[in-house]
Amino acid sequence: MPTMPTPDPAALSKRADLLRRLREAVPGGVIADEASLRAYDTDALSAYRQMPMLVTLPRNTAEVAAILRICHAMGVKVVPRGAGTGLSGGALPLADGVLLVLTKLSRILEIDYDNRAVVVQSGVTNLAISQAVDERGFYYAPDPSSQIACSIGGNVAENSGGVHCLKYGVTANNLLGIEVVTMEGEVLRLGGKHLDSGHYDLLGVMTGSEGLLGVVTEVTVRIRPKPALARALLVGFDRTVDAGDAVAAIIAAGIIPAGMEMMDRPAIHAAEDFVKAGYPRDVDALLIVELDGPAAEVDALIAQVATITTAHHGRPPRLSNSESERLAFWAGRKAAFPAVGRISPDYMCMDGTIPRKALPEVLSRMAAMEGEYGLRVANVFHAGDGNLHPLILFDANKPGELEKVEAFGAAILRLCVAVGGVLTGEHGVGIEKRDLMPDQFTADDLEQQTRLKCAFDPDSLLNPGKLFPTLHRCADSGWMQVAGGRLPFPDLPRF
Amino acid sequence: MLSDLLDAVRAGQNLRVTGGGSKPGLGHAVAGQALSVSCLRTVISYEPAELILVAQPGLPLEELKALLSTHGQALAFDPPDLGPLYGQPAGGGTLGGVVATGLSGPGRVKAGAVRDHVLGMTAIAGDGRVFRSGGKVVKNVTGFDLPKLLTGAHGTLGIMTEIVVKVLPSPPVSKTLVLAGIEGAEATRALADALGSAAEVGAAAFTPSYLPLDGLLPDRTPCVLLRLDGVAVSVAERLSALEQLLHGRAAMAVLAGDESTMLWAWLRDAAPLAERPELDVWRLSVPPMAGMGVLSTIRAAIPRAIGWLDWGGGLIWLGLPGGMADAGASVVRGALGGDGHATLMRAPDAVKALVPVFQPLPGPLAALTARVKAQFDPAGILNPGLMGM
Repeated sequence: MPTMPTPDPAALSKRADLLRRLREAVPGGVIADEASLRAYDTDALSAYRQMPMLVTLPRNTAEVAAILRICHAMGVKVVPRGAGTGLSGGALPLADGVLLVLTKLSRILEIDYDNRAVVVQSGVTNLAISQAVDERGFYYAPDPSSQIACSIGGNVAENSGGVHCLKYGVTANNLLGIEVVTMEGEVLRLGGKHLDSGHYDLLGVMTGSEGLLGVVTEVTVRIRPKPALARALLVGFDRTVDAGDAVAAIIAAGIIPAGMEMMDRPAIHAAEDFVKAGYPRDVDALLIVELDGPAAEVDALIAQVATITTAHHGRPPRLSNSESERLAFWAGRKAAFPAVGRISPDYMCMDGTIPRKALPEVLSRMAAMEGEYGLRVANVFHAGDGNLHPLILFDANKPGELEKVEAFGAAILRLCVAVGGVLTGEHGVGIEKRDLMPDQFTADDLEQQTRLKCAFDPDSLLNPGKLFPTLHRCADSGWMQVAGGRLPFPDLPRF
Repeated sequence: MLSDLLDAVRAGQNLRVTGGGSKPGLGHAVAGQALSVSCLRTVISYEPAELILVAQPGLPLEELKALLSTHGQALAFDPPDLGPLYGQPAGGGTLGGVVATGLSGPGRVKAGAVRDHVLGMTAIAGDGRVFRSGGKVVKNVTGFDLPKLLTGAHGTLGIMTEIVVKVLPSPPVSKTLVLAGIEGAEATRALADALGSAAEVGAAAFTPSYLPLDGLLPDRTPCVLLRLDGVAVSVAERLSALEQLLHGRAAMAVLAGDESTMLWAWLRDAAPLAERPELDVWRLSVPPMAGMGVLSTIRAAIPRAIGWLDWGGGLIWLGLPGGMADAGASVVRGALGGDGHATLMRAPDAVKALVPVFQPLPGPLAALTARVKAQFDPAGILNPGLMGM
């Protein structure tokens, strides 16, 4: 289990004074009693839990700035948190830190169709943006599976992806501007409704910085007109290697599908048992390819994709002919995580990205590792962009099993790096993958990242203990243990 | 050689870092020993099915484009060739120069910017440490996204030695719908309606009546230009949807093939300003709906100004008569209205000594920017002063 910085006795001893000052700055927006604090002791990586010293619930940028100024002046650490749906423990509290919860910043400030921009406070949910512009036929493209609950500010912090990011990009590619508050309490505006930066791309580097560089209070996103039509193709393969080759051939043919998802046999079976989506059970891999755009283009390309999958030994493909049929194709895939949850008391979701061509090798080596660790894996895979989500099945109540899962998960992610990939495609490093960073980066690589942190937060008060295995230079010292726990948001789809 | 670059950096002298040298007048003048990365020109790997290309920064852009086109792929952000704007031959740019300047062409409005296609890089920091960031896969959130920071940093944060770019299929067909005889608010409305429709407009520009058009467009006629890229059936369907949407607003014509390609290359490379070396040149980024008004405001103050709009109104290329002490900075930056930025792309060094080339930042942001620079280049030896610090 990753260790966290040792609580600073000096900070803990200031709790009463801090509480008084925070209550003055944010009347009615500070939580201090143990029972209420308990609700914030984890995010969606619930194997790790920690009670925060205090929780604040600011309602606007001025209150966020006031909280940060107070904490900065008193030398108290701050952990920013959006909706708490993150899967890598990025919002895990610190025992000697203030948890800065941004869910009350929940107003949509401006919808500007002509400039194709929406300005929202950072606590607005991802889906609420699409819903707000739906009446005019627009949407916000990045669609993380938690979009009904996750906040746009959290999306900025994690640079969230989604099923459709192959064609439409991740959060970073769909942002126009942010308002961000530094640890000193300085309010900065990066970007706006215009494109590109006039100087360094600080907006770009803030995106995906996991709450270590600043606290996002306002976000300007780019919205897009909804595509005229979406159709999906569902095809089974007897051999995973053929499915992988078909994916490569589709891309090589110049087709960028809106989504391209793969499932392996255990995931297919779990999904089929759960939602009866009509998936074939006697195949090793299932591919769902979605095309969107003008009707003529979608019809032409989906026929071309069908020809390609057939040429790569796919079973006869099914093509959706109605919106309900398209959604039915997706039903099993979208239910894959809860479906796996039904066949196992617990599962741990991994998130490595690999070059697509390495898929057969990675899957076969993962299968070998199942025997080695005595744990089963079900695989779902954003095949288009090489983002793997192996789900390791386990029972947290069995002594030692969580540790085995952590070791197995680390081995899988090291394998991803070894074949030319990366530790995390969309969930973030957080606390979960922090100690694996040296497997992907050299000391000099990490040193440069740490230096960037120093430019924003020289005292290392903002979300310390996340992302980097060690914080030398601007770091504080010491370590602590964190207790384990269980999954919140059991109803959220995870894919 | 890589080791020569390292030696040069570790020697600790001020360095003027360049790629192909195709944009020598971009940025403030730099006093330092010249250091070119143009000898590092190898394609390290290219895997069309992975949509990934890894290359050294000195790789000539023309070689890169030719290589990609053999696999039907391209750089979707449509990099401009600004050599002629700086009195250099066309075709002299490098991959590293494109990334360092972060300048995207007309396709940026749909396909994204340079920074959206830079997935990873290796670079030498100002103190001689070599660091790598990002990765060689299209989806990656591992660690801070330093490649975004170095893209467009004009070599002031590090000397890139290896760049990973995302490449994409090039559209087999490109056609341009020309709306002739439309200007002002009507033109802005047409741009917004087209970009807000499901027609997936790939580039959207406005050219005013006074712009010399080299016979590419009807003479002395303001035009809205809308480009559609894709497979033939798709382009045909979207073109007809656009024609319906904009029916009755202006005379319409369609350009295809070389005519369409040349028109967009001409705008992308700022050709009307390359032909007029006596003009000071600005490039402004503004909210798309504001572009027309900003251009009008500037022309009202400086009647001999010429310019046009790209990116649906969000990008303004501007040529101002030379000889103004501040190259028109007070008028240009005064017209921005708080949301956007203006870069003085071309002006005599004497003028640039007095006028910030890059948009001045508000105090706290300027301080943060200086701290970022210091963390990458503690002694300030990499292109010192090029970006104003």
